[in-house]
Amino acid sequence: MSYLKIDHVDKRFQRGAATTEVLKDINLVIDKGEFVSIIGHSGCGKSTLLNIVAGLTPATTGGILLEGKEVNAPGPDRAVVFQNHSLLPWLTVYDNVALAVNKVFGGRKSKADRHDWIMHNLDLVQMAHAKDRRPGEISGGMKQRVGIARGLAMEPKILLLDEPFGALDALTRAHLQDSVMQIHAALGNTMIMITHDVDEAVLLSDRIVMMTNGPSARIGEVLDVKLVRPRRRLELVSDRTYIAAREAVLKFLYERHRFVEAA
Amino acid sequence: MGQPVLKDAGAGAAVVALPGKPSEVVPLPVGPAKPFLAKLAPLARGALANLLPPLITVALILLFWQLAAHGPQSSLPPPTKIWEEAKDLIVQPFYWAGSQDIGLGWRILVSLQRVAIGFSLAAVVGILLGVLVGQSVWAMRGLDPIFQVLRTVPPLAWLPLSLAAFRDSQPSAIFVIFITAIWPVIINTAVGIRNIPQDYRNVAQVLRLNQIEFFYRIMVPAAAPYIFTGLRIGVGLSWLAIVAAEMLTGGVGIGFFIWDAWNSSRLSDIIVALVYIGVVGFLLDRLVALIGHVVTRGTATN
Repeated sequence: MSYLKIDHVDKRFQRGAATTEVLKDINLVIDKGEFVSIIGHSGCGKSTLLNIVAGLTPATTGGILLEGKEVNAPGPDRAVVFQNHSLLPWLTVYDNVALAVNKVFGGRKSKADRHDWIMHNLDLVQMAHAKDRRPGEISGGMKQRVGIARGLAMEPKILLLDEPFGALDALTRAHLQDSVMQIHAALGNTMIMITHDVDEAVLLSDRIVMMTNGPSARIGEVLDVKLVRPRRRLELVSDRTYIAAREAVLKFLYERHRFVEAA
Repeated sequence: MGQPVLKDAGAGAAVVALPGKPSEVVPLPVGPAKPFLAKLAPLARGALANLLPPLITVALILLFWQLAAHGPQSSLPPPTKIWEEAKDLIVQPFYWAGSQDIGLGWRILVSLQRVAIGFSLAAVVGILLGVLVGQSVWAMRGLDPIFQVLRTVPPLAWLPLSLAAFRDSQPSAIFVIFITAIWPVIINTAVGIRNIPQDYRNVAQVLRLNQIEFFYRIMVPAAAPYIFTGLRIGVGLSWLAIVAAEMLTGGVGIGFFIWDAWNSSRLSDIIVALVYIGVVGFLLDRLVALIGHVVTRGTATN
């Protein structure tokens, strides 16, 4: 039995008389502990696909199976790390994570255990030192770390990352990518990440799902990235497998499925 | 493309050591007495710069007023005459010499009590209705036109109706406050609720917050800046309405005092009462603004 199955998902938006088909016949099976990236040009519906997996957007036809059971509403078993962090600005870093922990583990863990669990997750993303600060007082990268901590703290079956580093500068992004790789190695989470950064996709993923341009976007190709872990940025620069994988994705995106509109 | 420069940094495990600990090394040795005085000087200068202009303006207005109204045929009393006639009201706000011969401070307190009851009711009901209208499209379509019409009705126009309904002046005055203050609270709350970012709603959905949790964990804090704008307008309007309502309903409040003074031609008393009303209205506005500032701390910055 597959861990997560995206089964014949179509998504159409109806606006008045006009119907736009965004996604067409998406099929994908993801194993436990796998890191899968979904890459494609902007507007291809990759965020819509992630929202369907998260349950935030309903699929028009088809469905999502998690451990064999259909899921069609949002829930903490599919935690989302949002592109713009989506921390609640009136809560401190600690309280943002605590909101999730108290909701998910409220009945199951004691108060002391929950506190330890919050601090453990803040430690994982190296944000324990800023626990009493508010989102407005920390940098963009730090906010996204807290967003990841909040996602991890729900102990999700699958962590969904929606262009988590898109709004960050290149240096901060590299730091966070390393952090995510470490967390993935340590905890073995199953993760799906939306990205439009080829290097990021190759560096982090076990598989890269490449989507064709919309409307009616499909999965064009799926690339296995057979690089050993732990992966180190510097060593990969000249690694043959890395270069080949990168080339394959680039060719897909810029040769076969070039973005038609003027970007 | 990408990060050729970064790859250098990415090699070692050292990358992970992000800001954190080292930043704590800044315990600036603050000397005890001297910096305190040094801090006081610019503070005093700031206070002076803020206080001096209005004081000068007030002095000029009083001077002009004195010159304009000092003649014997003047219909309004000059400041010196007000001081002579209403000195007791000015210097002793809280004297008590019989049931209708009391200081203006007591009267203000009675009026404030009515405002407190009416405004609190308006705040609670207004926020709840605002949430309903902001949350539900159907509630908005159904209720918003009615609100838009009713909110233009002047406060005092409600008074005869409420006197007929309650048959007593006290609840009628409170009702007038309520009906005056509620509209801006409803409308601003509704706008605040409608402007809650979709991201926060998504977070709530992923966490499976129930309606009640969503209300006080997300909705109220997210809409708080808007709600407090509404409350601030509302408290100003209720203070406007109470004086007018009390003129008609009688009793002990500051509004009736003015009406009573007019009926016995005590113009000086009226002018003193106006100053009291103005100052209290100003303080009320500042109080709500201050509470709003404290409560919404951090909400504006994202």
